[in-house]
Amino acid sequence: MSSTQQVLGFRRPVAAYESRRPPWRIRLQGSDTTWAIAFLIPYVAIFVAFVVYPVVFGLWMGSNPALYDLLFSDPRYLTTAINTLLFVAIGVNVKMFLAFLLSGFFMNRSWWVRSLLVIYLLPWALPGLVVFTSIHFMLVTQWGLLDSLWRAVTGNDGPLFLVSTWMAMTANIVAYIWKWMPFWTLIFLAARMSIPQDIYDAAEIDGASGYRRLIYVTFPLLANIYLICTLLSCVWTLGDFPTVYFVSSGAPARTTDVLATYGFHEAFDFGYPNLGVAAMMSALPLLIPLVILLMRRVRATGVQL
Amino acid sequence: MSIALGSSPKPTPPPVEGGGWGEGLRAARTPAPNPLPQGEGESRIRLRYRRRRLFSKAAAIGLGVFLLIWTLLPVYNMLLIALDNDADEFTGSIWPPDPDFSSFASVWNEDYWLMEHFWHQFGNSIYLGVATMVLTVLIGSLASFALSRLRLRKGWIVTDFALLTYVLPTAFLAIPFVQIMHRYGLSDSLWAVIAAMVTFATPYAILILHQYGKLIPMELDESAKVDGASPLQIYLRIYLPLMAPALVAVGVYALLLAWNEYLYQYLLLSSTRNMTVAVAINQFFDSDEAPWNYMMAIAVIYSLPPIAIYFGLRRFMVAGLTLGGVKG
Repeated sequence: MSSTQQVLGFRRPVAAYESRRPPWRIRLQGSDTTWAIAFLIPYVAIFVAFVVYPVVFGLWMGSNPALYDLLFSDPRYLTTAINTLLFVAIGVNVKMFLAFLLSGFFMNRSWWVRSLLVIYLLPWALPGLVVFTSIHFMLVTQWGLLDSLWRAVTGNDGPLFLVSTWMAMTANIVAYIWKWMPFWTLIFLAARMSIPQDIYDAAEIDGASGYRRLIYVTFPLLANIYLICTLLSCVWTLGDFPTVYFVSSGAPARTTDVLATYGFHEAFDFGYPNLGVAAMMSALPLLIPLVILLMRRVRATGVQL
Repeated sequence: MSIALGSSPKPTPPPVEGGGWGEGLRAARTPAPNPLPQGEGESRIRLRYRRRRLFSKAAAIGLGVFLLIWTLLPVYNMLLIALDNDADEFTGSIWPPDPDFSSFASVWNEDYWLMEHFWHQFGNSIYLGVATMVLTVLIGSLASFALSRLRLRKGWIVTDFALLTYVLPTAFLAIPFVQIMHRYGLSDSLWAVIAAMVTFATPYAILILHQYGKLIPMELDESAKVDGASPLQIYLRIYLPLMAPALVAVGVYALLLAWNEYLYQYLLLSSTRNMTVAVAINQFFDSDEAPWNYMMAIAVIYSLPPIAIYFGLRRFMVAGLTLGGVKG
């Protein structure tokens, strides 16, 4: 039964009541549809002016096929594309898996775990600019905090993190995990808390406890949310800018750029905005299937974003 | 059924994850039919449980300590650099050799050329955050009221586009966005950034408010209508007051989004008078001198409002997430 039918009982007296009022009152109130459209106008205006127009304009900027010849002939672009794939694939999956495990740890409601959760969530609230700059300074020279700690523990000089491509890329991924893992832990924690205790009780009677409970009870129940969160996080991480821009800043010699920073440099440092847009658009073959998959999953499972 | 090792021998009160072995221990103390000889067997089981409990407790504490260090290390590094009075060189020490607050005092008094407009820029950041918050709450609540309470036909189209905008990575829109802002005549204007932030925050607002609005019975609207209330009156008198918790969650989200976002502020603001603190921090990287302690002092001050909001309004922020809505 639809909600319209449900309120049908209310509808009739409304009509009767309204018919008794002077006609000018009714006209003044207007129909619901008129009101609804009036209420929607601000959002639709913003959407058209600042989403549709930039998207169309961007598509137009990146529509020249010659741009892509230019783009693919840049050896740095290939490095960038590989970096982006690694960044998304490793960063998102490691982050999600650890967040999932840690959400189990934070289910423990003893006082110290609860206070730890408050501190643990801090990276989520802090500005990316600030924390990524701080992480950059931890790594950047022999005198950064990590090298100082290394020296204090081992007595030798530590590695120069941002001189090696692999270490710089690892640093980007670790910093990314540091910033975003707390947020997803919270999401999984909320999802775990909504699992009724009876299910665990039943599983307990059937002999599932410890890791078996994790694998056979918790994970299947959270699989949908896990998948949707992973897809969503993949989409966002594909366009992640501040992590790489601040942590490694592309060092050494722009070998750790990702698409967002590459496009940024092309557009604003070298003055080729169209090439920058083309670089971003080259992510579309990956982005569009991810978004379609995500929207379909959201619709099929009813999980609310 | 392999009882002996992990699980307790009979249905026990549900153990709390991580620290729940105590329950199992208590249950093991009174096993009704004990297959093993009394004494030795029982003590072996008890020992095993105790060992297991100790182990899991130690592992939990170890993990806790690790997480604490992991989370706080970059924060500590900020303070370490900010408290160092030598501007140009890192000390290479793991604690501040002689901590002083002179860099904070310098920032406070704006006595360095890169931060001579610091408080003005701080004001700009607040202006940006508050304007984004107000506009997002206003536009988002109007739209979600129209979509979910007035039952607009084809309203799902708008919701779907909102969802699509929400999913889109914002950095991909940056380049055309900047070009378009020049066309709108909004270059080097805070309102360009506000427009961008409101654009990216309203889809989340609409989705969250849509969710939360389901908790408010439609009968309230209907009865108000019977009493002759117009949709505007229903929106102002019924919808907004009842939606207050969700509106706070959405407002905090918009405020933090505008405060913590960097790319659009950097691209859209260029003059010293108009820039925000986030852009001002980045100016240190472009300058020849590098007084990193000043920069980190600014960064610490800049982080204080989000930290305060986080500690003060944590409940609303978390509520906004558990309602649905996943965006950092």
